[in-house]
Amino acid sequence: MIINHPLLGPRDAAEFVYLGDASLMDRPDGMTASDEEMHDYMYLRDNPAGEHRELWYHEQGDRSWLVVTRNTLTHEITMVELARDVARSRGRSK
Amino acid sequence: MGYSAFKVFWQGLTGNKGWQPAWREPDPRPQYDIIIIGGGGHGLATAYYLAKEFGVRNVAVVEKGWLGSGNIGRNTTIIRANYLLPGNQPFYELSLKLWENLEQDFNYNAMVSQRSILNLIHSDPQRDAFARRANAMRLSGADSELLGPDEIRALCPFLDFDNARFPIQGALRQKRGGTVRHDAVAWGYARGADMHGVDIIQNCEVTGIDITDGVCTGVQTTRGPIRAKKVAMCAAGSSGRVAALADMRLPIESHVLQAFVTEGLKPTLPGVITFGAGHFYVSQSDKGGLVFGGDIDGYNTYAQRGNLPVVEDVCEGGMAIMPMIGRARLLRGWGGVMDMSMDGSPFIDKTGTQGLYVNAGWCYGGFKATPASGYCYAHLLAKDQPHEVATQFRLDRFRRGAPIDEKGVGAQPNLH
Ligand SMILES: Cc1cc2nc3c(=O)[nH]c(=O)nc-3n(C[C@H](O)[C@H](O)[C@H](O)COP(=O)(O)OP(=O)(O)OC[C@H]3O[C@@H](n4cnc5c(N)ncnc54)[C@H](O)[C@@H]3O)c2cc1C
Repeated sequence: MIINHPLLGPRDAAEFVYLGDASLMDRPDGMTASDEEMHDYMYLRDNPAGEHRELWYHEQGDRSWLVVTRNTLTHEITMVELARDVARSRGRSK
Repeated sequence: MGYSAFKVFWQGLTGNKGWQPAWREPDPRPQYDIIIIGGGGHGLATAYYLAKEFGVRNVAVVEKGWLGSGNIGRNTTIIRANYLLPGNQPFYELSLKLWENLEQDFNYNAMVSQRSILNLIHSDPQRDAFARRANAMRLSGADSELLGPDEIRALCPFLDFDNARFPIQGALRQKRGGTVRHDAVAWGYARGADMHGVDIIQNCEVTGIDITDGVCTGVQTTRGPIRAKKVAMCAAGSSGRVAALADMRLPIESHVLQAFVTEGLKPTLPGVITFGAGHFYVSQSDKGGLVFGGDIDGYNTYAQRGNLPVVEDVCEGGMAIMPMIGRARLLRGWGGVMDMSMDGSPFIDKTGTQGLYVNAGWCYGGFKATPASGYCYAHLLAKDQPHEVATQFRLDRFRRGAPIDEKGVGAQPNLH
């Protein structure tokens, strides 16, 4: 698979480390979240067949985190964003 | 129709004209006591033991493709009981015991071959870890031994013993481990279940799970609705998709594992060998091909194929441990979708919905588990109580802080 990095252009997916579903960006506040919320965040996944937004880390490159939109049935990648931009667009500071 | 050596001989003399289909092809009936979703190894074994051991015969196995189209026909056929943790090891030892008597039990030649498994050791800390594991194995009643380099040299002279980076210092051996012909396992269980009255319905995909007031009442399929008192999910790599039909999210991600086979060679490998410093394992099939594999690709996927970086990584692992493999030509490579769980261990449990049960999370190691998974799932379905070796395979174990994490890497499925 080739990931079209927003800053560096097309890169081999082997340069990246895969973390999982992009919802992992939305960690509940550990001080206020209920056990149930924390459990669901940590352990449960949608695991869809089809479009999947997921986190990839460019470990062998510029060390940025990306949100990749990829089809889990075909491996086709339709969108690549900097995770930082995705977080900021939702009002987060970083 | 029972199979025997005499029958093979007699059919040989009479032109092999007397064989009959090994199981019926029934249409689904409107109602069953138990419907099993997924006709892979685990689903068929569950049906077989339900009918044979627990006396529940009004059972259907509903399979979306043909028998053996899933991972039961794609795995690298290794069986073993060499786990560490008390939540796992007694279960796998029960499985190995069931394998040992399987062919007599279901009267089918599954080519169970206890040709041993060697886990190679490359450092002192690894020897300590394997010594501990060997003791844990013995505590569960399984066999285990630690070998030194000389004993391994006598068995496998072709390994790269004096590798500068990863010299071979020993191995953990389980003599009762080995290989089994995987599709014969599906066929043997299917035939055995069918003979006890189970309906095996192929080309029938479950498209909906009917739930009324928190009670599961049946399933919708591409061949119409079927009622049932109990519905047993058993869809391995598709567990997430099937659970979603019941509005459940599972502690599972679906990943692809690839495997490879070379051209046929003369008998060379004494058994299964695993590399302890990288991820590579190899055995030799009865046709002579070297069957090998390594790491999963590592990203969510339902496509039954992987990518090239893992092919390269697996082949590098092979060259590091067994340089002669570089002379063999690769015949085929393929991939299968597996249900990687959050701690690398499986689930055999009830769900929050009455009458709905789950069997999932077998990761890349569910083939060896087939007999015990079927037996324990049948036990749960028939008695509503877990079997004593499967009490820890609960869906709520993360909530209780009781994961069964053999590798100790946490909730990161692609690291298990
Ligand atoms: C390449 C590879 C190598 C492996 N090597 C080993 C090994 O050496 N040793 C080992 O122990 N394990 C190994 N495994 C793991 C093992 O194969 C699996 O854990 C095990 O086979 C899963 O259980 P199963 O046989 O029931 O799965 P499957 O055969 O996949 O059965 C699940 C069935 O459910 C059906 N299904 C899915 N959705 C629906 C639906 N909606 N309606 C109806 N039916 C449905 C599917 O069609 C499928 O037939 C390997 C796996 C792979 C991919």
